[in-house]
Amino acid sequence: MSRRRVVVTGLGATTPLGGDVPTTWANLLAGKSGVRKLEDEWAQEASVTFAARVAVEPSEVMERVEMRRLDRSEQFALIAAREAWKDAGAPDVNKERLGVVIASGIGGVITLLDQYDILKTKGARMVSPHTVPMLMPNGPSANVGLELQAKAGVHTPVSACASGAEAAGYALEMIRNGRADIVVTGGVEAAIHALPMAGFASMKALSTRNDDPTKASRPYDKDRDGFVLGEGGGVLVFEELEHAKARGAKIYAEVMGQGLTSDGYHIAAPDPDGAGVTRAVKFALEDAGIPLSEIVHLNAHATSTPAGDVAEANALTNALGADISHVAVSATKSMTGHLLGGAGAIESIFCVLAMYHHKAPPTINIENLDDAVKVDVVRDVPRDLPAGSIACLNDSFGFGGHNVVLVFRSYEG
Amino acid sequence: MALTVDVVLEGIKEIVVEVAGIDAGIIAMDKKFTDDLDVDSLSMVEVVVAAEEKFGVKIPDEEVTKMATVGDAVNFIVANGK
Repeated sequence: MSRRRVVVTGLGATTPLGGDVPTTWANLLAGKSGVRKLEDEWAQEASVTFAARVAVEPSEVMERVEMRRLDRSEQFALIAAREAWKDAGAPDVNKERLGVVIASGIGGVITLLDQYDILKTKGARMVSPHTVPMLMPNGPSANVGLELQAKAGVHTPVSACASGAEAAGYALEMIRNGRADIVVTGGVEAAIHALPMAGFASMKALSTRNDDPTKASRPYDKDRDGFVLGEGGGVLVFEELEHAKARGAKIYAEVMGQGLTSDGYHIAAPDPDGAGVTRAVKFALEDAGIPLSEIVHLNAHATSTPAGDVAEANALTNALGADISHVAVSATKSMTGHLLGGAGAIESIFCVLAMYHHKAPPTINIENLDDAVKVDVVRDVPRDLPAGSIACLNDSFGFGGHNVVLVFRSYEG
Repeated sequence: MALTVDVVLEGIKEIVVEVAGIDAGIIAMDKKFTDDLDVDSLSMVEVVVAAEEKFGVKIPDEEVTKMATVGDAVNFIVANGK
């Protein structure tokens, strides 16, 4: 029996570049930065005073009462899921065949910290009864599952900055192994708050380019000095191919495979050899079962940290060998910042759209390319990808040594 | 101000509007919190805490479980308030 095939039939997002997918994609192709100086009072005295907040505040598109029962990460998930579900044509599906897999790297950290402030200043009696459902990391997935009445299973893989990609891989397997016909998948993050920012800054993980925020996220540039924290998220509707065809759904791309490994090296630093990444790429390509000649694009993890970008580029070169020469590499965090658990999701959307439109988004802010980077980086302006059947990779890595590689392919009908 | 039924009902209306986003016009003594006003068990905790603050009255948990309607809450507060 042949394996069940999985396609993408809906997309939704709220990102630093736009409150929906079309706006985000247009600004991505235009090479715009979503990074801004923070207006928050706490940020004025912080060591890092900028981040990539969502372009459209949830309050602009969500009712007040609904918002107050949801953590900001849950708000992002619902906003993106509503767009994705509508984009998929709000399919009439057996709810027992509908799943949700939406990840978050940290969960409702802002709720946790805000309610702790209330506990300390006003006492336990004033702590909101919504605190636990708002702070639990499965909250975004659970709220989307409730709204869609999904009954095949609602899940939340957590692997730091690889979470969104791991969710997509989980969704792929849910459909492949017959548990579901449609899975709404993605990742979100809402961690722009004094404490997480201080924690990342204390690790020396964040860029400190306070005098020039839009230039701070600069993957592959010689003067990169850390990542820029972003917020928001993305949601994709994965659907079994025959199910999608039977209802005449618009098909953006096919989800071909995934590769998962772990480094066993360090809690936060990437393995400089990138061996775990190399193996994940190989596993993903084996799972996808497509010729290397078809891989024409890669959305890199490339967060703009000094160590990570080069280790990743070397690992990709090791995995793809001579075939790396026809892979157009895009580092879209140069524009969106790093959405942590949302990164793998929005970058999967960018991969899907790159396959659909045959166009690779640019990487901005490279003034002097690091000599150690040997991959073909798409710089400043988008690049047309070849016509015909093409495929791409989306790689994501997380603190803890998690490596996830996804493979998407253009759908030719 | 004396805690009359009218005064407490107005206060409860304000709280339910804040917590559940319900149109104040539909909130009345005979309305059920859960079925009529979209106040689930978690939101009921918010209503109770806000009512205690507003009226300076302690509402024990065992009383909360008996408060099915707005009238139940109003009458308890009127009877037990200062």
